[in-house]
Amino acid sequence: MSDSFEKISQQLERRHRKSARLKYMSMGALALAASFLLIFFADMLNKGLPAFQQAMVNIEVNYSEEASRSGRAAIDRDLSDIVSRSVVRVIPLDMRNDPSLLGTTEQRWVLASGEVDQYLKGNLVRLDDEDKEIIDRLVESGKVEMQFNTGFFSRGDSKMPELAGIMSAVVGTVMTMIVTLAIAFPIGVMTAVYLEEFAADNRLTQLIEININNLAAIPSILFGLLGLAIFINFFGVPRSTPLVGGMTLALMTLPVIIISTRTALRSVPDSIRHAAFGVGCSRWQVVRDHVLPLAMPGIMTGSIIGLAQAMGETAPLIIVGMVAFIPDVTASFTDAATVMPAQVFTWANEPDRAFVEKTAGGIIVLLAVLISLNASAVMLRKKFERRW
Amino acid sequence: MLINNPFLIFCGVLMLLGVMAFFTARKKATQVRASGTAMFSQPDQYAWFAVVATAGPAILLSALGAFVMLLLGADIPTFSLLLASLVLAAIGLAVGMTLVRANFHARQAIERVIRWVLAGAATVSILTTLGILISIVGQALNFFQMHSFWEFITGTTWAPGNSFLMAAGRGEGASGGAEFGSVPLFAGTFFITAIAMAVAVPVGLLSAIYMGEYAPRRVRAVAKPMLEVLAGIPTVVYGFFAAITVAPFIVRVADSIGLDASFNNALAPGIVMGIMIIPFISSLSDDVINAVPDSMRQGSLALGMTKGETIRDVVVPAALPGIISASLLGMSRALGETMIVVMAAGMRPNLTINPLEEMTTVTVRIVAAMTGDLEFDSAETLSAFALGLVLFVVTLALNLVSVIMIRRFREKYRVNNL
Repeated sequence: MSDSFEKISQQLERRHRKSARLKYMSMGALALAASFLLIFFADMLNKGLPAFQQAMVNIEVNYSEEASRSGRAAIDRDLSDIVSRSVVRVIPLDMRNDPSLLGTTEQRWVLASGEVDQYLKGNLVRLDDEDKEIIDRLVESGKVEMQFNTGFFSRGDSKMPELAGIMSAVVGTVMTMIVTLAIAFPIGVMTAVYLEEFAADNRLTQLIEININNLAAIPSILFGLLGLAIFINFFGVPRSTPLVGGMTLALMTLPVIIISTRTALRSVPDSIRHAAFGVGCSRWQVVRDHVLPLAMPGIMTGSIIGLAQAMGETAPLIIVGMVAFIPDVTASFTDAATVMPAQVFTWANEPDRAFVEKTAGGIIVLLAVLISLNASAVMLRKKFERRW
Repeated sequence: MLINNPFLIFCGVLMLLGVMAFFTARKKATQVRASGTAMFSQPDQYAWFAVVATAGPAILLSALGAFVMLLLGADIPTFSLLLASLVLAAIGLAVGMTLVRANFHARQAIERVIRWVLAGAATVSILTTLGILISIVGQALNFFQMHSFWEFITGTTWAPGNSFLMAAGRGEGASGGAEFGSVPLFAGTFFITAIAMAVAVPVGLLSAIYMGEYAPRRVRAVAKPMLEVLAGIPTVVYGFFAAITVAPFIVRVADSIGLDASFNNALAPGIVMGIMIIPFISSLSDDVINAVPDSMRQGSLALGMTKGETIRDVVVPAALPGIISASLLGMSRALGETMIVVMAAGMRPNLTINPLEEMTTVTVRIVAAMTGDLEFDSAETLSAFALGLVLFVVTLALNLVSVIMIRRFREKYRVNNL
């Protein structure tokens, strides 16, 4: 008797140990997911934060007769490898625009070349020892220093890493998102209103419903193929533009907006509708004056989340040609443009080592925008959420 | 075509007519009512009806005209179309005005129009699916006219490089034609997907179990948004992470144990894709586990099962359809994922099962075909559509099975919020 009691309690102990193991394993899984996230963010910050710093040189620009023909003549010969080529290039132009510069000299901070920048950040560079010595001397005398890289936020793309900035991509993103929202928001909300408030539950509505759920799960690259075949080749929308990109992304965002709007509409209690019908409102009046305003916070939250999703999308935009080299800020919806994730992709493909930090820097900007968008969606939901 | 002068004129005149319709109709309705006649609808409703009567048919006609011009290539002069639309708008205005009378139900009429407009919006999603289908199938058929379907499905060599020479009329000079055997591409795609699932399913499912069964409220409040952040990171960012951080790390580890790894190895995109999919699996599984009725847990615990046994033998089996459905959704996402593999996986089709070698995927080849400087109707560009068609069919099947599974679960436990 006591023997079997012992056996059972041993067995019980084993079972409890096993039970505890499952708990620690599942805890470990969550911890693993969290550590992925931590490693990822640490890695991006580590690689990307240097992009917000840029080496600058304090040089004496000598606007001589010779400099008006070749910018190189305007600066000290030792410094010619240290100053960015972009600076040298504009000197004759400056002189042509402002003839009074001739014969004067000026002390100012200018961009250092990408190589110098990388050298000061401790990366491997192709500079020879002589140049390195010069740089070290200049750093000691305070003529070369790291400054906040304002150009990264105010300039467009460039093949020279020290000149490349994210401005044109930001503008492209904003324009593309305007198109996306202008199409997806009204159509999405209208579809959801139709399905929830107007449509009878028949074959057609079921078909639409299945179709929407399916659209939400179709690989994004196929939307790109649609954009190329239908929008560009058939309707003749110009390639690479915010217009075609926005239209393609709108179709992708549509299911997200529809699904979240339907959830928001469904959460409005029927008593509201009954009361409104009771005082003689027509169906559309019920929806417009009572149901939609009450569902608005939920609709906005869903739309912001959909927008954030569209903003991070790259694959369909590659297919419609929005991965392009865009040095200048796009001015119109029918001009070639690029968007932030596409810019990240372009930079990631640059062979120059200096573009790695630009890529990571662009990623930090993109993530900051996306996280603040999502956070605002969460806040919106928290603030206006109503439990009926 | 989209924004040109006739279009602006059309919008301007229509706007003007609309505003005119609104104010005159309202004035007339107010006057009728002021004269003491009881009307079915409010003056504003008559006004809106007049606007709809003015603008609606005109917009429909011009849209139809533009569509016919584009679709059938019929040569309708823009000017006459414009004129016809505006005349129609004027007729609509007149009709709308005569209908401003006491026994006309303006409210119901507007209601009907709104219902049709909303239904029209709802068909956009169907048109989108049709559009995808038509664009892909159409071009894929063109491709299968050049290359046999059988060869595409069973061939083991993917070498589209020569098609460029063929298209340029110098095909005879090139040794052999282009070959489009998609087996290595699909092998690569499924292999990388398998790696991703091997990472995502255990981690995602166990996280969901922890969050659903063990985690205190505070941990849950932190963990859920954290996983959502993981889902919100753009794929191009994951791709960069895979190519710059994970792949070199794997090469270094492989080196240290004496293995030779490519920088474009399949492991890096697979693992990173797995990380990307964790939240998809964990959040749906979490919902499903929460939906398993508590009575089942209570029954199991009352029989003397430990908590671990209850979860393993009662909760998870009950939630299985939902978990499978979540995994299938995750899998279809992994199959169609583009940026991670474009940036971190190789370009070279390679039929192998060594995860340290480079291999390529369907989506990589689609992007490669679309970004090359080729003519649109070259075989390589069209091959992208053929690949897209297969991708569409496979993901569609996975999604449908997933939907059926989750519906079965929902019906079994009468859960409505899944």
